[in-house]
Amino acid sequence: MYVQAAGLALSLAFWGILLSLAAGLVCSLIKYFKVPVLQKIVSGYIELSRNTPLLVQLFLLYFGLPKLGIVISSSGCAVIGLTFLGGSYMSEAFRSGLESVEKSQVEAGLSIGLARAQIMRYVILPQAITVSVPSLCANIIFLIKETSVFSAVALADLMYTAKDLIGLYYKTDEALLMLVAAYLVILLPISFAASLLERRLRYAEFGN
Amino acid sequence: MQNLGISILFKGRNILRLLGGLWITVKISLLSVAVSIVLGILLGILMTRKNPVTKVLTRIYLEFIRIMPQLVLLFLVYFGLSKTFNINLPGQASAVIVFSLWGTAEMGDLVRGALISIPKHQYDSGAALGLTRFQIYFYIIIPQTLRRLIPLSINLATRMVKTTSLIVLIGVVEVLKVGQQIIEANRFQAPTAALWIYGTVFFLYFIVCYPVTRLAGRLEKRWQN
Amino acid sequence: MNDTEVLLEIRNLEKDYGDTRVLKNITFAVKKGEVIVLVGPSGCGKSTLLRCINGLEPIRSGEIRLDGRTITDGKTEWTEIRQKIGMVFQSYDLFPNMTVLQNVILGPTKVQGRSRNEASAEAENMLDRVGLLDKASAYPRQLSGGQKQRAAIVRALMMNPDIMLFDEVTAALDPEMVREVLDVMLELAENGMTMVIVTHEMAFARAISDRIIFIDAGEIVETDSPDVFFTRPKSQRAKKFLNLFSYE
Repeated sequence: MYVQAAGLALSLAFWGILLSLAAGLVCSLIKYFKVPVLQKIVSGYIELSRNTPLLVQLFLLYFGLPKLGIVISSSGCAVIGLTFLGGSYMSEAFRSGLESVEKSQVEAGLSIGLARAQIMRYVILPQAITVSVPSLCANIIFLIKETSVFSAVALADLMYTAKDLIGLYYKTDEALLMLVAAYLVILLPISFAASLLERRLRYAEFGN
Repeated sequence: MQNLGISILFKGRNILRLLGGLWITVKISLLSVAVSIVLGILLGILMTRKNPVTKVLTRIYLEFIRIMPQLVLLFLVYFGLSKTFNINLPGQASAVIVFSLWGTAEMGDLVRGALISIPKHQYDSGAALGLTRFQIYFYIIIPQTLRRLIPLSINLATRMVKTTSLIVLIGVVEVLKVGQQIIEANRFQAPTAALWIYGTVFFLYFIVCYPVTRLAGRLEKRWQN
Repeated sequence: MNDTEVLLEIRNLEKDYGDTRVLKNITFAVKKGEVIVLVGPSGCGKSTLLRCINGLEPIRSGEIRLDGRTITDGKTEWTEIRQKIGMVFQSYDLFPNMTVLQNVILGPTKVQGRSRNEASAEAENMLDRVGLLDKASAYPRQLSGGQKQRAAIVRALMMNPDIMLFDEVTAALDPEMVREVLDVMLELAENGMTMVIVTHEMAFARAISDRIIFIDAGEIVETDSPDVFFTRPKSQRAKKFLNLFSYE
């Protein structure tokens, strides 16, 4: 039963992370190129999503939207919530990468006749991604941690009061131990891999 | 129909109740942040000692708190303590304990990073002037680290406020729970209340966090020197 | 002398930065095969002028004509023009995520559509001529400043430009590496490349140039042959400038 729940949480996390990366990349490009109207919208989105907790976002999606006639499954809410939250963090990570590429690199590209799109593809993006990777990994770890909210929300039907919550957790010992173990098992390797990856990339870029 | 929904906000003392719940959230965060700053500075200094035992212990503490989702930690303290040690902690107290542990770990790491980045000859010049170790820390090192620390600490405080929303899941009556209660109480008069109430909670969090975030950003820029 | 065609022509070029006019009424022509060196005090607009020629900076008014064609009328496609104008920068700006070889064939393959094999063959040839063949698979971070700059010159040359612009290319180099870069430029000039160079290396300027253009405070003060300029400059400002370089 725990394995099933873990599996579900992981798949939700996977989709949430993937969509966050995509959304983040798009948003960062919008901000980098300063697209007129969209840029303001994206900035607003980033501020809203970074200053509100995931739990509240989920409540709004799951309980609030149906009142407007939009009903989304709980899994859907989870992925949307994660994407909403994650997208802004990924966007900032990508943006810092993009801005770390000096303007003179763009000019060097222009001087040999490259079009802007080609410069983005061959010169800017490869360099930007290297710089972004540590932040991206940190964000991924952060998002995986946030999925713990899903499990709690799923286990406790939200209409009930705290008393019922405690009742549900009556056999707490093993449950808690399992929970701790599960997160350690998942996140320690990822954390370790992330720092390895970061060190490898830094070596490739700077030779140290 | 929509009118009915939004008017729920203005009915009775609903707004005040929501704000009261928000205050609980803010109170817990502020308390945890205060404890974290004090203990975090001490931990940070501790982490720069050469003693290998303290290094390992503090490292394990840091990594564990970092990797564990805060919710799991909350459950551990709130349910776990009561089961294993028969201590029955109220939700708010558990929250303060967990967040203080988390905040201390993060602050400790921040302090350690800031301390390491101060060039060694600052310590040496202090010693050359005849200052004791304590005086060196107090008059020379700490003021410099504070400049680097404060924007990062404010950032930590914001994250704490957001994470405090989780305590609704251990039964603390904070703003989200109050919202739930209002919705429940008015289930028949205002069926669309959920949208407006949760929307309001959403914006309440935003109103609390956003100015703080901006302040941190401005301070960081000003002290970039 | 009039049978050599004019390659680059600048007429009444004016440029502003905000409210300041940084280039005033710049007019000169460069013939095919000619080597022009722009000298003058720092910050007087020489680099800006080069960047205007290459379209990296917009101009306020005036005209630039390349090979008889006006390129500043707003209708020209800069990607096309920039293939004819090669530029080398002070900060070399090789792309760090590619090897030297990949750096120099990027333009020919992606912009000019030449085949990889053909471009690589020519690249290796050129790298050999500047003494960098053994570094073809190295990454820029593994090269010294002088090597990077020579690679940057090859990268620009691979596009087969009609004219090469050099913007203070030795200014950021350690002294012992300056010579290897200047030697490459001298050889280019001997082989008939049209060049416009901005530099502070006065002995080099004297040796390589056909004409010296002295720019101060954004305007052309004096134009001479190198011998005349360095021994009997006409203007007071030129004299003052040259005094900076003598240590009597």
